[in-house]
Amino acid sequence: MSIRGKAYIMGAYEHPTRKAPDKSVAQLHAEVAAGALADAGLAKDDVDGYFCAGDAPGMGPLSMVDYLNLRVRHVDATDTGGSSYLVHVAHAAEAIALGKCRVALITLAGRPRSEGMATGTAPRAGNPAIPEIQFEYPYAPTVANMYAMCAMRHMHEFGTTSEQLAWIKVAASHHAQHNPHALLREVVTVADVLASPLIADPLHRLDCCVITDGGGALVVVHPDIAKSLKRPLVKILGVGEAVKGQFGGNVDLTFSAAAWSGPRAFAEAGVKPGDIQYASIYDSFTITVLMQIEDLGFCEKGQGGRFVADGNLISGVGKLPFNTDGGGLCNNHPANRGGMTKVIEAVRQLRGEAHPAVQVKNCALALAHGTGGSLGLRHGSATVIMERA
Amino acid sequence: MGMSERRKIPAPEANPETATYWDGARAGKLLIRTCGACGKPHHYPRALCPFCFQPAARWIEAAGTGEIYSFSVMRRAETPYAIAYVRLPEGVTMLTNLIDCDFDRLRIGMKVRLVFQDSAGGPPVAMFTPV
Repeated sequence: MSIRGKAYIMGAYEHPTRKAPDKSVAQLHAEVAAGALADAGLAKDDVDGYFCAGDAPGMGPLSMVDYLNLRVRHVDATDTGGSSYLVHVAHAAEAIALGKCRVALITLAGRPRSEGMATGTAPRAGNPAIPEIQFEYPYAPTVANMYAMCAMRHMHEFGTTSEQLAWIKVAASHHAQHNPHALLREVVTVADVLASPLIADPLHRLDCCVITDGGGALVVVHPDIAKSLKRPLVKILGVGEAVKGQFGGNVDLTFSAAAWSGPRAFAEAGVKPGDIQYASIYDSFTITVLMQIEDLGFCEKGQGGRFVADGNLISGVGKLPFNTDGGGLCNNHPANRGGMTKVIEAVRQLRGEAHPAVQVKNCALALAHGTGGSLGLRHGSATVIMERA
Repeated sequence: MGMSERRKIPAPEANPETATYWDGARAGKLLIRTCGACGKPHHYPRALCPFCFQPAARWIEAAGTGEIYSFSVMRRAETPYAIAYVRLPEGVTMLTNLIDCDFDRLRIGMKVRLVFQDSAGGPPVAMFTPV
């Protein structure tokens, strides 16, 4: 059984805030839920499926279902970090295809900026029952230095350079200048990226994503409901999931789980990487983008550096317009989890509602991809391919 | 940059499954857990072999040599430190720190040797330093 064409994304909403010291996390969840339902033209009581991840306060979905006062017959609180919301789109499509729900609401929200969280640079202790903690925490792995080790190995194996990585940030900044909500709207150059301070070799400050408050929500619905609504139809064609770790000590940092989730999504969708007109690619760091572009098949393994250079990711300039909202690198990384905004910008592109300066002409086929957790330790991966119907 | 300073290491919290590993560390040995059935070594240590789910009944003492698979110097820390994956000749790659070295001279492929560093109130932790 395939989910191809069995569900549509009809509501998408990104919270405009980037710093919300005056709001609670639950409140942000409610605001994005209301925003996505209004966007779809649906009411709260239409929702019969709810999806959230670890950013939602409370035990799994329980507190949020109660707080939002939903009456649902299907819930899913799968947490694979920042990729969770792409997993939720996949699971919502599966649940709708099986008749388990008809209107699925997915929410994300958080306030790491207001809370002063050192997201990338502070080691996190974690529950001692987590099996790897005692073998990792003493060495102080952080988000930044674990992704940095992937970049270091990629440079060693394939000759990738800091200049090539910097092009990814440059492309994101070209897009962010048109987004009034973006945290960083200034266009930067390769030289600016290289001149920014080293955080963890070889990653500079401008190789890292922003830390923002905010959130987003999606409404995934049954085809019959989709066709009754007034919004452009965004059909889900294919999804793929994967998890990659250290293989019992056979560590390989040269590829991400996108190498597994990508082909699954392309097979289900019946399309090839070359067919994709717009791609939202998870951008916690520049190296994240580069590795996923290779692993999703947009170029050969090891050629990512050459592929992203010279503006090839800039809309209207290059071959693969990516993250036209400015992405996590410039626009928004709410709750330190960028998967939600990846789907939202892909939906905007397919609806023709991206900013005119970055809108891909006649965008009919888009991909959104997320990586969650730590690329250098263990991570979840999810790929969603969508079509304008 | 010159010789690196040592960072304070938080105590690892052992449990019944991993007590042998940390007892080894207290005796100055890096132990690699190995399957009694398929014979494969793995890291970090588990009671059941992660390749065949049979009891990982044996522990072997690592020679204490290795080479850097990847590393990164964390500049944004109170005391900068180098995190690394080190490949051991026993057939596993482990997360570790590179200590007592000039961070600017570190390279992938560099030969390193085992050195234990005390943790704050816990067993010593296996680190590596360039040969």
